[in-house]
Amino acid sequence: MKILVCISKTPDTTAKIAFTDNNTKFAGDGVQWIINPYDEWYALVRAIELKEADAGTIIHLINVGGADNDPIIRKALALGGDEAIRVNSVNTDSYNVASQIAAVAKDGGYHLVMTGKETIDYNGSSIGGMLAELLDLPYISHAIKLDLSGSEVIVVREIDGGEETDKAALPLIVSCQKGMAEQRIPNMKGIMGARTKPLKVVEPVDAESLTSIASFELPPAKAGVKLVSPDQPEELVRLLHEEARVI
Amino acid sequence: MSILVYIDHSDGHIKKQSLEAAAYAAALAAQSNSKADAVILGTPPTDVAVLGNYGIQKAYTVSDAALDSFDSQVYCSVIAQVAEKVAADIIVFSNNANGKAVAPRLSAKLKAGLVAGAIALPDTSNGFVVKKSVFSGKAFANISISSAKKIISVNPNSFGIKTSGTENAVTENITVAVPAAKTKVDAVNKIKGEIPLSEAEIVVSGGRGLKGPENWGMVTELADLLGAATACSRPVADVNWRPHHEHVGQTGLAIAPNLYFAIGISGAIQHLAGVNRSKTIVVINKDPEAPFFKAADYGIVGDAFEVMPKIIEAVKKLKGK
Repeated sequence: MKILVCISKTPDTTAKIAFTDNNTKFAGDGVQWIINPYDEWYALVRAIELKEADAGTIIHLINVGGADNDPIIRKALALGGDEAIRVNSVNTDSYNVASQIAAVAKDGGYHLVMTGKETIDYNGSSIGGMLAELLDLPYISHAIKLDLSGSEVIVVREIDGGEETDKAALPLIVSCQKGMAEQRIPNMKGIMGARTKPLKVVEPVDAESLTSIASFELPPAKAGVKLVSPDQPEELVRLLHEEARVI
Repeated sequence: MSILVYIDHSDGHIKKQSLEAAAYAAALAAQSNSKADAVILGTPPTDVAVLGNYGIQKAYTVSDAALDSFDSQVYCSVIAQVAEKVAADIIVFSNNANGKAVAPRLSAKLKAGLVAGAIALPDTSNGFVVKKSVFSGKAFANISISSAKKIISVNPNSFGIKTSGTENAVTENITVAVPAAKTKVDAVNKIKGEIPLSEAEIVVSGGRGLKGPENWGMVTELADLLGAATACSRPVADVNWRPHHEHVGQTGLAIAPNLYFAIGISGAIQHLAGVNRSKTIVVINKDPEAPFFKAADYGIVGDAFEVMPKIIEAVKKLKGK
């Protein structure tokens, strides 16, 4: 089986969020960049587990971005991908990124394409669905479990207030979230091996962008916490009822 | 201009998030001097007329029983056909489970720019700009859609459910081609007897400060009294004190209730990412240095084991119980 895992680069979860250029760009200088946690912990690690269960499985990684993305791609290879493809393009919007991935994936013979449920920076949950439509493939989003049973895939996805078990044939696109796998740390053998794994750079195809970022804003600062004495907790209940009017 | 809002339903009723999407679509129509209609797939819910309360007078139904099972590809195809028949240029979804699966597909199919997780009506003073939450709740982005057709998915509990009409929505059945699904729904397992976290207006949440699962009585009792859902921090879910579906935070669920009541949670940045869109945050923690106090509206620096019984008593008195 051939699996394509889409990985995105995001600021670390603890990175300071600030903007430059008249609030139109994320201030990335000095920020620690990581593989988007949903792509890494859930999509990639589950793909690695599938390979561990069936040694014939091949995992390709794909990332859309500049050469400054190579360190996180190498880290993903250290975790366990076989080879990586980077589309040498500047990310404009999710439709453009999905179009770039689709151009690579359409002749790649992939049985399974896996993404994280969303990136932790733009929180769009968009790439998997767009890619599925561009490739005319079925798509199951927000999967918490994925198992192979012969030629069939059994996927459990989160729905509003519960779970749904779906059965599908391959090829299939799945977006992954917590429950799919557990976070792993690359070992020394993986890190050494990653240096010699192929990282192919391809040029982007012509693709439209449908959206652009007009500006960013930081949320207004909180007015400050109103502290209630631990000796009079009932005062908190009064405030929530009469002042905040939330209970 | 014409607006179409996709209405999601289950167990014979329209979902609460879809009523919010309907109110959003109606407000957008009022703002732009156009009209908003709804589209409903599968066996129609019993309460379609109620859409009138939210400013939607007409619901197009595609009442093919094959659509009673969800498949993103089939739903996308059907909604695209309905959108074409009614000449819709803006399609509104709730950014809920099905919305997240279908809206991006439809965006690619129609080449309609998508803003996923909108929290406000579009600003059309200079183009078409929609505000959404980014960086996991730590910032907002104003996204400009440049395509002629547009898709907006509304983040649950961010716009508010506003009523603006009477219960008079009518239905019109539309016949479109329903392709065969390539995925099959095998089982649906709803968590019974609990308020879904994503829909809850009040959430009571516990962290490691509660010391063990045997102490969760205070969380569930307060939640019961307030009609609230229960949640927990990541470490609590990781050690299985509470089920994983209760985990809120960066890697768990992101929620935006009217009241988030946190007991014994320090408020690490990853936890805040999942809850900082809550309208009012209450923090009970015995550590005055807990970072959560900086993000809170109300707080008590005190031992939950001493404070919570008194709070529960006061809430009982308030509720007349």
